[in-house]
Formats: sequence, structure tokens, C-alpha cells
Amino acid sequence: MATVELTFSALPAHVRTARLVATAIARRTGVEESVLDEVRLAVGEACSRAVEAHRLHCPGEPIRIELSDDLGRFEVTVTDSAPSDELEHDRGMLRIDDPLGQLPDTLMSGFGIAVIAGLADDVQVYPSPKGMRIRMSWPAAPNGLPRI
Amino acid sequence: MDLKLDHHSEDRLTIVEVEGEIDVYTAPRLRELLIDLVNKGNFHLLVNMEKVDFLDSTGLGVLVGGLKRVRAHDGSLELVCTQERILKIFRITGLTKVFGIYASVDEAKEAHGRDK
Repeated sequence: MATVELTFSALPAHVRTARLVATAIARRTGVEESVLDEVRLAVGEACSRAVEAHRLHCPGEPIRIELSDDLGRFEVTVTDSAPSDELEHDRGMLRIDDPLGQLPDTLMSGFGIAVIAGLADDVQVYPSPKGMRIRMSWPAAPNGLPRI
Repeated sequence: MDLKLDHHSEDRLTIVEVEGEIDVYTAPRLRELLIDLVNKGNFHLLVNMEKVDFLDSTGLGVLVGGLKRVRAHDGSLELVCTQERILKIFRITGLTKVFGIYASVDEAKEAHGRDK
């Protein structure tokens, strides 16, 4: 299957749409049914984090998500345009063994990344002053699932 | 699926029934309900998540926030959940050590009664 790209404005309501699209394409690409919940949650986490970052820094800019199969792997890349320095600082505040500490309950980006890392088979996070890119992938059928 | 919320009280325990998806879009409604309940003096909350289809870290944040609020009043916030896909996110984040998680409302009520 060719790459599917989706861009959406930084509104929380659109995160559900992104999750649904990602799950549908993962299924089509041949990701095992037992793994689809993990794909749905990980993509949702990455998009939620991006939406919150954009709402803080650049609410008018769109968020981009690319979904593709590449040599038997289903790959998702979520790219935002918000400078990730502050979020990195916030994440540094989070201690996973002390979630009731100083972290405000509206900012759970540290949990989000932790959840993605726990769910995706392979994760790379690329923070930069121009935005963050989260790339994650799961095993898929070599040529996608045949659909009749 | 959208989020449906309901609640009722049994003795000192307030049971919050949650149905649907808890994510960055719907979690603010759950947060408002928990804050409202605490502001009205309900400090022992039991959140029934058996009908929750989806929970992300935003939802976890709301539950953690609720727990912080009730603990400030020597209260409790516990969960009912047996769904593996929901429990997994609690395990990944280490929150199984923070929340009391029960298999049923009756089991939670029994444990709560013992703690009185």
C-alpha cells in the first residue's frame, strides 16, 4: 500500500479521527488483530501530544501524520510544528514512580511518550526547535492483506 | 463513541459510571465531574471503567488529578476494571501501584467497607 498522509488542525476532536484512520490502514496493511489496540492507543497518544503542543505554541498550524507499509512493517510518523524544548523540560519533571508529584494533571506528555514506548514495536522520537517527529512501527504482512 | 457519565452514592462511597472513550477530547468532562463531586464533599470515589472502550494518558491524567484532590481530604479514588487493554496502560505507566483496582463494584464496596 502506498503512503497515506493526513493533516488536521490542532483540535482534540480530530484525534479520534486520526486513531480510526490509523487503525483502518493498519488492518489493511496486515497488522495482526491483537496488535491493533496498541496501534490505536500509540497513534492517539502521539496525536494528543501534538495537539496539546500546537494549542500552546501554534494553534493555527496543522499536524501531519503519515502511514505506510515498508518491507513488511506498518510505519506511522506524527509530525508537529511546536518547539519541543519546553515539552522536553516538562517531561523531565515527570517521575514515573511519583505520578502524584508536582505534575499538573492537564499535562501528561511524559506519560504519553512512556505509553508509546511501551506499545510500539519500534519508536524513534526526534525533538527539535521546529517541532517533534515521532516515528513508530509494527510488524505487518509483507504485501498487506489481500482484500476481496 | 462519545463519553457517557453517571454517578450515584451508596453510603459514603460515590460510584462514577463511565462509558465510551476517554481521550484528549472527552477527558475534560470527566475532570469537571470529579472536581464537582469533590467540591460537593464526595471524597470516596469509585470509578467503574468496565464500559470504557478507550483510555489514553489524558484520561490517566484526569484520574491522577482526581486522586490528588480526594487525598487532600483523606479520601480515596479507586477503579473497577477487568479489561486487559485498559489495564495495560495502567501497567505501562506504573499506575497499578497508585490506584486500587478491583474486578467488580461489589468487590470494591466490600474492600471499602473493611477499611471503614
